[in-house]
Amino acid sequence: MAETTMTAGSPLDARPDGLQGVVADWSSDQRAFKNVSWGKAMMWIFLLSDTFIFGCFLLSYMTARMSTRVPWPNASEVFALHIGGANVPLILIAIMTFVLISSSGTMAMAVMFGYRRDRRKTAALMLLTAVLGATFVGMQAFEWTKLISEGVRPWGNPWGAAQFGSSFFMITGFHGTHVTIGVIFLIIVARKVWRGDYDTGARGFFTSRRGNYESIEIMGLYWHFVDLVWVFIFAFFYLW
Amino acid sequence: MVDITQSGAEHVPPAEVGEVDLYHPHSWWTKYVFSQDAKVIAIQYSGTAIAIGMVALVLSWLMRLQLGFPGTFDFITPEAYYQFITMHGMIMVVYLLTALFLGGFGNYLIPLMVGARDMVFPYVNMLSYWIYLLAVLVLVASFFAPGGPTGAGWTLYPPQAIMTGTPGGQDAGIVLMLVSLALFIIGFTMGGLNYVVTVLQGRTRGMTLMRMPLTVWGIFTATVMALLAFPALFVACIMMLFDRLLGTSFFMPSIVEAGEQLAYGGGSPILFQHLFWFFGHPEVYIVALPAFGIVSDLISTHARKNIFGYRMMVWAIVGIGALSFIVWAHHMYVSGMHPYFGFFFATTTLIIAVPTAIKVYNWVLTLWRGDIHLTIPMLFALAFIVTFVNGGLTGLFLGNVVVDVPLSDTMFVVAHFHMVMGVAPILVIFGAIYHWYPKMTGRLLDETLGRFHFWVTFVGAYLIFFPMHYVGLMGVPRRYSELGDMSLLTDSAHSLNAFISIMAFIVGFAQLVFLFNLIWSIRHGKDAGPNPWRATSLEWQTAETPPTHGNFGKELPVVYRWAYDYSVPGAKEDFIPQNEPGTYPAARGH
Repeated sequence: MAETTMTAGSPLDARPDGLQGVVADWSSDQRAFKNVSWGKAMMWIFLLSDTFIFGCFLLSYMTARMSTRVPWPNASEVFALHIGGANVPLILIAIMTFVLISSSGTMAMAVMFGYRRDRRKTAALMLLTAVLGATFVGMQAFEWTKLISEGVRPWGNPWGAAQFGSSFFMITGFHGTHVTIGVIFLIIVARKVWRGDYDTGARGFFTSRRGNYESIEIMGLYWHFVDLVWVFIFAFFYLW
Repeated sequence: MVDITQSGAEHVPPAEVGEVDLYHPHSWWTKYVFSQDAKVIAIQYSGTAIAIGMVALVLSWLMRLQLGFPGTFDFITPEAYYQFITMHGMIMVVYLLTALFLGGFGNYLIPLMVGARDMVFPYVNMLSYWIYLLAVLVLVASFFAPGGPTGAGWTLYPPQAIMTGTPGGQDAGIVLMLVSLALFIIGFTMGGLNYVVTVLQGRTRGMTLMRMPLTVWGIFTATVMALLAFPALFVACIMMLFDRLLGTSFFMPSIVEAGEQLAYGGGSPILFQHLFWFFGHPEVYIVALPAFGIVSDLISTHARKNIFGYRMMVWAIVGIGALSFIVWAHHMYVSGMHPYFGFFFATTTLIIAVPTAIKVYNWVLTLWRGDIHLTIPMLFALAFIVTFVNGGLTGLFLGNVVVDVPLSDTMFVVAHFHMVMGVAPILVIFGAIYHWYPKMTGRLLDETLGRFHFWVTFVGAYLIFFPMHYVGLMGVPRRYSELGDMSLLTDSAHSLNAFISIMAFIVGFAQLVFLFNLIWSIRHGKDAGPNPWRATSLEWQTAETPPTHGNFGKELPVVYRWAYDYSVPGAKEDFIPQNEPGTYPAARGH
């Protein structure tokens, strides 16, 4: 948002550090977070709210898992692939995790090149991030297909507690939806970067506001969050 | 008071951001229907909320018909009664109170009171309303669905919510209810993010957080809470939808229905209760905190006196908001829990009484030796204080485990929560509408009709809900469509029930007078001028009344003082607007 950038040479440059700085910022006028734009503030608060959603999902899953009286299927066996005559536990999940974490790296690079106004590299890196995200969703679809073909359903599975399948489809599905939405927005923002919308000040189709290169960083916040959530899902669902 | 700038403009920091890139509508559609202006969105939110609230009012009449005169009305079957009770509760709590306080008052007042041109993201704000409207339409659709709306009670407890015996349990009712709630939460999140960011990052020059009117503090804190509490309800809705549609067993234990073993098994109904009340208890304060804030401003303005203990009022709002997240299981004492948990939740529940009591004392001390004008907003504000105290006192009974267990599921509980989160916030809503209507339309609401509306509503609400406490103590259970010949009930319980029903009708009809007043006064009300209450906060200082697009004309106001400079000694007038520069005339510090 162009209108929320800092005014150069304002007295804010001389504000105190540390805890005193926090107090000074919060007791000042106009803005509580001095160098944070509206878009970034909104994304952070949204992510906080979204954290509560995933937190509730994971806590519910843990409650179900701990209170069930039927054995819980063994994740390393269920999520193993048969490769070269041996069952390799969690191999697909490991690759998926690697892909998603890598996409966080490419996203961070896109943010850096964005601030350097290097349109082509930025757009290319965002598209690469989108491709990695789509690969992740694709592998998730493969995993779902495999489990479904082995008889896992939301209401039951061959190996134990029915809540295994329910939680699995619900949590990975909800996370996969987040990744998919992220991929769509990555493509939209990458297209804007490529066309140079943020240099010419073209107005958004829906909001009719001018964007700027900070959109890439805001997009990145969301993307890193989705990655971070995956780390928790990985730890609590697959490794437990 | 460090909050008050003692000298003139030179101490106000320069603007940190340039002018906002506002969307300027060109057609009637983008100006009044798909509007991105927070003021129009506020009126859309309020209109929709009041309209669906009228449905809930009619449902309460139908319930009272049945309770007061059992067996007289054939069309109110036990199933229909459950549907009325469920929809009445859900509409009132979520679709009326939450939407009206945050979507209605929040949208109208936050930008005007903090000196912003609009919400920070007007387009998202507009989407928020349309998704809310969609949620309301889905809710209304369930009345026309086969089997009718759900009759699970507003708490929607599984397993009964999705079983055959409950109306709508195996029909579309419960599905539409859950979908509607999920939509509401998505829509609310869009608006809520806007309100929070506008307050944190979109204030005008000189407007520090500690100079904001308490109305903004109340709405702001409630919105933050809603953003953290609604996720639990969202997750609960999704999981129950899966239980109902996909046959998962998140909340469903092994269960036998009509001699037949259902396919469910291994789920935990208590898990739903935890998720629901982790939302449900903060929800009480999501409704109450905006009311606290608004009533503080009404009292200060109409008593011509600064609010007593402004800082404590702010911290009490924030403290109540934080505490309300660790009390939820007091709704579950009879669900069975470890005694130590009961002890913990009873303790936290009673601790909330401390900041709440601070607020009540401060309201009373604001009134003390004030120049009290008994205007209609003031009457409603005074009625709120009394009602909130009365409703809060019965909360002390219900917060204690040993007292709660026998009272649980009786009419006593119904009376308690209607007083504290039904009547009390609605009194504030009325007061706020009488107070801000002149800013929204330029005209005052009719005084005579207003006084009639106030006295019938206020006295009538007590005549409805005070006997209900007694009826509850006698042992009349809630959620029973008919009491039959219970030997434990005296005749007085039955005749009181009839009395309550008649009063409910009278109070309900008084609201039609209010609606008439709302519409009639748009054209025929007395001209209000820009600042009829001679109030200090920024919304009364706008160039035009009603404020136009962009709120403040060419220049945004600069704020030099807090919002409560009433009756300052030596000042020309008995109020000094927030945007008036200069020192205080009389010597301070004595």
